[in-house]
Amino acid sequence: MRALTGARLRERRLALGVRQADAARAAGISASYLNLIEHDRRPVGAQVLARLAEVLGVGVETLEEGAEAGLIVALRAAAGEVAGASANIAEVDRLEDFIGRFPGWAAVLAQTHQRAGQLERAVAALNDRITHDPHLSQALHEVLSAVSSVRSTAAILAETEDIAPEWRARFHGNLHEDSERLALGAEALVAYLDGSEAAEEAGAAAPQELFDDWLAARGWHLAALEGGGDIEAEIAALPSLAAQGLARDWARVAAGDVAVLPLTAFQTAVAELEADPARIAARFGCGILPVMRRMATLPAADAGLVICDASGTLIFRKPAAGFALPRFGAACALWPLYTALSRPMEAVAAQLELAGRGGQHWRALAYCQPELPQGFGGPQLRYAAMLLLPEAGGALAALRVGSTCRICPETGCPARREASIVTGAGFGF
Amino acid sequence: MSGHVLLIEDEPNIAEAIRFLLQRDGWQVSTLAEGKGVEAFVANTRPDLVILDLMLPDRSGLEILAALRADPLTETLPVMMLTAKGQGRDREAAERAGADLFMAKPFSNAEIVAAVRSLMRD
Repeated sequence: MRALTGARLRERRLALGVRQADAARAAGISASYLNLIEHDRRPVGAQVLARLAEVLGVGVETLEEGAEAGLIVALRAAAGEVAGASANIAEVDRLEDFIGRFPGWAAVLAQTHQRAGQLERAVAALNDRITHDPHLSQALHEVLSAVSSVRSTAAILAETEDIAPEWRARFHGNLHEDSERLALGAEALVAYLDGSEAAEEAGAAAPQELFDDWLAARGWHLAALEGGGDIEAEIAALPSLAAQGLARDWARVAAGDVAVLPLTAFQTAVAELEADPARIAARFGCGILPVMRRMATLPAADAGLVICDASGTLIFRKPAAGFALPRFGAACALWPLYTALSRPMEAVAAQLELAGRGGQHWRALAYCQPELPQGFGGPQLRYAAMLLLPEAGGALAALRVGSTCRICPETGCPARREASIVTGAGFGF
Repeated sequence: MSGHVLLIEDEPNIAEAIRFLLQRDGWQVSTLAEGKGVEAFVANTRPDLVILDLMLPDRSGLEILAALRADPLTETLPVMMLTAKGQGRDREAAERAGADLFMAKPFSNAEIVAAVRSLMRD
């Protein structure tokens, strides 16, 4: 049994205002034995625990179960980050005792630690932006240059008593010019800072997320494109220019797919050719990636689709019901998507079972297409796509995969690169 | 004191202010507004000191500094770099490339005059 039980018993008893002797008598044990149990000096048997739970009016499972597993993981992480590897200042060996006695404080600490991590990432992102944003550094450079000139010129005018009239006139002219420039530069800076504030208010965590939400709101299907229509007005409604750019890129690709794979003929082909992207591609004489995109974005399609570039970064994410995709960051390393990425032009098919989901099965079809947009002399680009089709069966031996390590409950996974926040699953190394 | 200062600065009003200050302090001042042809100008006029802006429109001040240091005729020529506040990394690079002194914009007039005097004395 867990050390936490004693602390929980004690906390529950004290919360009820029951004396140790009274609780012990009601449970049919001696007060000193209960005292030892409460301080984790004696293990407690199942029968005694059941009686104590009854006396204290709680379920045995709340006394016993590791309901705070997530808390334990979070607090271990907090202790590790604060102290570093060399000097552990937190009493990690008494972690369960701490959570048992002060569940509220423990939750506050875990949340604070999580928040600190989020803020650190935000600071790093902002720092990146200030360092690398060409508009900001240009605006700052303008202001600094104008300020330098104003400072020197004004000081000359103020400190040079015997300045010749033509020099004085010249410097006055320069001052006027630079003050105008300073005003413009300051305006540009304010406009820049206002703009970024507006973007934050719109909840623009990332352009990719805005684009995902935008496309999801349309059922992942741009109906206007089927008739050769224009969706620029819908794209312009997106609150960030970067997200508009993503939507425009996608609309261009989708319009190309529509031209090659007309809707009714395509739907017929999907039905006749058992939803096999390679056979459908052969019928239309087109690539496999366009077919996968089209299959996942048909009206009311239940297929999921992920597309990544050669770095493995997901550049398109359509979740399938029950198969959550990571909102940001990298995905599960076991996905057949990455197998396909390392074997361009090869068909990769696999049965998948989602870890921790009670046997939900998927058929994954993945394919990677290299592209040479700048010809033989240019870089080779790779785009890998993985289509996720719900599978009714599930008797077949399937590869167990997750969404991404942070939220995957799979224990003992050889491909794990990061601890999970939902279980105590540790690294594979 | 007397001597020849070459000022390479693309901001005309800053260049004018510096020129005025140094001329009043007794120096002869030439100015260039771009990085093109700096080496030839230096070879022809043989200045005693170069004041070089780090950010020029056509060429990096770092590149000019490296070219001056690579030439035996100018490898010991005193060079003062003008930088903007916040260019910490560029400044480190310029230090490695052999700049003698840095002046961060916005500078005070007394600072720049004193800096030129100290470099000319060396």
